[in-house]
Amino acid sequence: MKIGAPKEIFEGENRVALTPQSALQLQKLGYECVIETGAGAASRFSDQDYKDAGVEVVKTGAALWKACDFIIKVRAPEEVEVKRFREGQTLISFIWPAQSEELLEKLRAKGVSAIAMDMVPRISRAQKMDALSSMANIGGYRAVIEASNNFGRFFTGQITAAGKVPPATVLVIGAGVAGLAAIGAAQSMGAIVRAFDVRPEVAEQIESMGGEFLFLDFDDNQDGAATGGYAAVSSPEFREKQLELFRQQASEVDIVITTALIPGRDAPKLWLEDMVDSMKAGSVIVDLAAEKGGNCDLTVPNEKIETKNGVTIIGYTDLPSRMATQSSTLYATNIRHMMDDLTPENDGVPVHNMEDDVIRGATVTHDGEITFPPPPPKVQAIAAAKPKEPEKTPEEIKAEEVAATKAAGRKQTGMLVIGGLLMLLIGQYAPASFMQHFIVFVLSVFIGFQVIWNVSHALHTPLMAITNAISSVVILGALLQISVGGGFLVTLLAAISVLIASINIVGGFVVTRRMLAMFQKS
Amino acid sequence: MSIGLVTAGYIAASVLFILALGGLSDQESAKRAVWYGIVGMAIAVIVTVFGPGVHSIWLLSIMIAIGAVIGTYVAQRVEMVGMPELVAALHSFVGLAAVFIGINSVLHSPEGLTHAEEIIHEVEVFLGVFIGAITFTGSIIAYGKLSGKIDGKALILPGRHLMNIAGLVLSTLLLVMFLNGAGIWTLLLMMLIAFAIGAHLVMAIGGADMPVVVSMLNSYSGWAAAATGFMLGNDLLIVVGALVGSSGAILSYIMCVAMNRKFLAVILGGFGGPSGPAMEIDGEQIAIDAEGVAAALEEADSVIIVPGYGMAVAQAQHPISELVKRLRAKGKNVRFGIHPVAGRLPGHMNVLLAEAKVPYDIVMEMDEINDDFPETDVVIVVGSNDIVNPAAQEDPNSPIAGMPVLEVWKAKHVFVSKRGQGTGYSGIENPLFFKENTRMFYGDAKTSVDNLLKLID
Repeated sequence: MKIGAPKEIFEGENRVALTPQSALQLQKLGYECVIETGAGAASRFSDQDYKDAGVEVVKTGAALWKACDFIIKVRAPEEVEVKRFREGQTLISFIWPAQSEELLEKLRAKGVSAIAMDMVPRISRAQKMDALSSMANIGGYRAVIEASNNFGRFFTGQITAAGKVPPATVLVIGAGVAGLAAIGAAQSMGAIVRAFDVRPEVAEQIESMGGEFLFLDFDDNQDGAATGGYAAVSSPEFREKQLELFRQQASEVDIVITTALIPGRDAPKLWLEDMVDSMKAGSVIVDLAAEKGGNCDLTVPNEKIETKNGVTIIGYTDLPSRMATQSSTLYATNIRHMMDDLTPENDGVPVHNMEDDVIRGATVTHDGEITFPPPPPKVQAIAAAKPKEPEKTPEEIKAEEVAATKAAGRKQTGMLVIGGLLMLLIGQYAPASFMQHFIVFVLSVFIGFQVIWNVSHALHTPLMAITNAISSVVILGALLQISVGGGFLVTLLAAISVLIASINIVGGFVVTRRMLAMFQKS
Repeated sequence: MSIGLVTAGYIAASVLFILALGGLSDQESAKRAVWYGIVGMAIAVIVTVFGPGVHSIWLLSIMIAIGAVIGTYVAQRVEMVGMPELVAALHSFVGLAAVFIGINSVLHSPEGLTHAEEIIHEVEVFLGVFIGAITFTGSIIAYGKLSGKIDGKALILPGRHLMNIAGLVLSTLLLVMFLNGAGIWTLLLMMLIAFAIGAHLVMAIGGADMPVVVSMLNSYSGWAAAATGFMLGNDLLIVVGALVGSSGAILSYIMCVAMNRKFLAVILGGFGGPSGPAMEIDGEQIAIDAEGVAAALEEADSVIIVPGYGMAVAQAQHPISELVKRLRAKGKNVRFGIHPVAGRLPGHMNVLLAEAKVPYDIVMEMDEINDDFPETDVVIVVGSNDIVNPAAQEDPNSPIAGMPVLEVWKAKHVFVSKRGQGTGYSGIENPLFFKENTRMFYGDAKTSVDNLLKLID
């Protein structure tokens, strides 16, 4: 089976779906790899790099289509590319099936199996092939770089001989993968980072990246997290509150990075014109939702504009492509993992298992049928929150403690009474000589309990060895019996007892010493 | 030597024995405590030998000398990994000695007893032989299981509780007959029954419950000594027997608490079945190679290593010690987290780590270290399974639900060194292996750590 990656023909697309590294891994799975000449050039992978990794380089896209069974791409195929497909071929790329019904129909008619990398379900098992997340991660990072590039000041605060520099304040809206990556990047550059998300449960993630979660005080706190770990549409009242919060922030922050997206809809407008107006001159807005119309009113997709009051608004939609080496590496790895799942036996024979949640979810056309949208996955993306037990008040805890102490006291008293009665019973019938020994016995048991509780856990093995040695004190019995002259048998049994007991005594002590000598302090 | 002197010697010995056990509360005083024990034993033996009524000094000396040579030889030779077997084997000796002394005591019973005293004496003999016999065969079976000579799995015979009860009832009957002068055969028959009970009891207990069994046998050997003491009217034996008996009982109790099991359930054998369907586990086991683990260790500031029986089997403690040394030299905070039932003997892991020269002040108990996992960068789990199983807390239907476990999954990265994808002793699937922050480091523990050592210097 051959896997081929053509050169991307979409204008400005620098990424490529196969890297020399991923080609090596794909070959381990039993596939042969083919690449169109120059396909990796924009990502800084030369044809020679590919050849060194054992990849066959072909001259034209058409030749590649002819040679391969699998076509792996970044962007969805364009008109000319679709024409090159033949029946039985498999396509793996971003497809955006919800927005491109026409393309699906064409692929179906051609008899192509198409796997959409953007449809990989968000379950833990599929994280390694979640290309959306890896691209969003790069986008978030790059957004901070673009912002700082267009921002006239340091991100970090400094006190220098030439005066004090205040740190920049960055506001990140939407704490998905891109948002979190942006928080991390801005934070590590030294900025003060604030972040907002409609899903209150991501507060912890924001704080773990070093950002400050802007808490929205809203009574009827609707759960903004819909299925699949993405955000859902919020109510008008909630939206009002949210905008109020942003309005208040607008005059304070220097950089705004918006990443709010709702699956299958236009991006929500969150940064309105009046907010842009109230921002300081020199501030920067990076709108990562530009492709879906933008979170900011004034965003122009694919362009950088400056408003009258000197605020730069960046609407680039090709941020991952601007870091092509990195994004190609990650994307190619995602594809490689997808092939890994498609090749259960590692023998170069793909198995398109439509029972598998991940493969089923990502497949949009198969066997001459359109298989989009997929049925809901069997596994939940995020486990349902467990109901919390109500916290106990201090009074309740105290009451419980008192009750427990009392119960323990009652138990102990009861045991003592029973024990005492038992003693009386024995004392009634047993002779005095026995009772004397019995006192010794009972007291020794008590001493034993008190002493042993203090033995450290780490010394339990030496404890067993030493108790074993001293329990061989039964040797005394044998010593006494050996001389009483009760006949040969008595002497023999006694002699054997002395022998084995002394093995035990000496062995037990020696081994205890050996062990204890090993315990050393650093 | 007069009786008064002998008694004084016994008192000194008792005090020394108590100090010996009490001294085990920490590592430094423990080294002195062993000497208390040795001196105490020496005093006890010497005053007895030179006391009234002992004549065959030559025979005694020869027997003691032979015993001492064998004991020293065995104790010097034993590997620290083989410690559980040795302890079990030594227990059997105490049991056997108690049986012999009991039989002797009947063959040559003391004179001048009142009727009541005689009855009590005979009951004592009977009890001493009974406990001694159970200890003897129980320890031998435990030895066989621990050393792998007998299959470690629990042997569950049909009607096993009935068999044990029948054995007990029969023994009681024989006791009554013995008291009514039926003769020594009743005692010997009872001994055989007790042998069978002892063997059967331990056969029904599985590998991971061995810590409880060994400490229980430890306890029995003490009670056997105490019974012998009553039989001979010797207070020193009673004191020591009671000390050892209670010590073993406490150890068994601690082990049971650590496994969240009822003592009786362990002793009567068999592992409780699940009470409902186990929680479904989502995710997959992701493997990692030595390079990945080494890279994570290089970056980590704090590391906790959680060893289990697998480390003992693979003899991985020495390379681990070396690894810890190197990591500590780089200024990383490296510690060990020890679960009370890790291994096959209480405190087993501590001894193995001490053998490998791991300083004991970085070896922590579960309670000391459990709160530190969330701030830990890397946890390495070496050959342990059930003691790090989150199902104990998350899945009420799990057979180990409620058992205290080391909360390793709260750390940032968890690496599990494990031979293959199988389940642990209890046969329970471990959700830890499927967690997102867990990576499986497959392979023999020793080879794996050796490979790590090549990458970290």
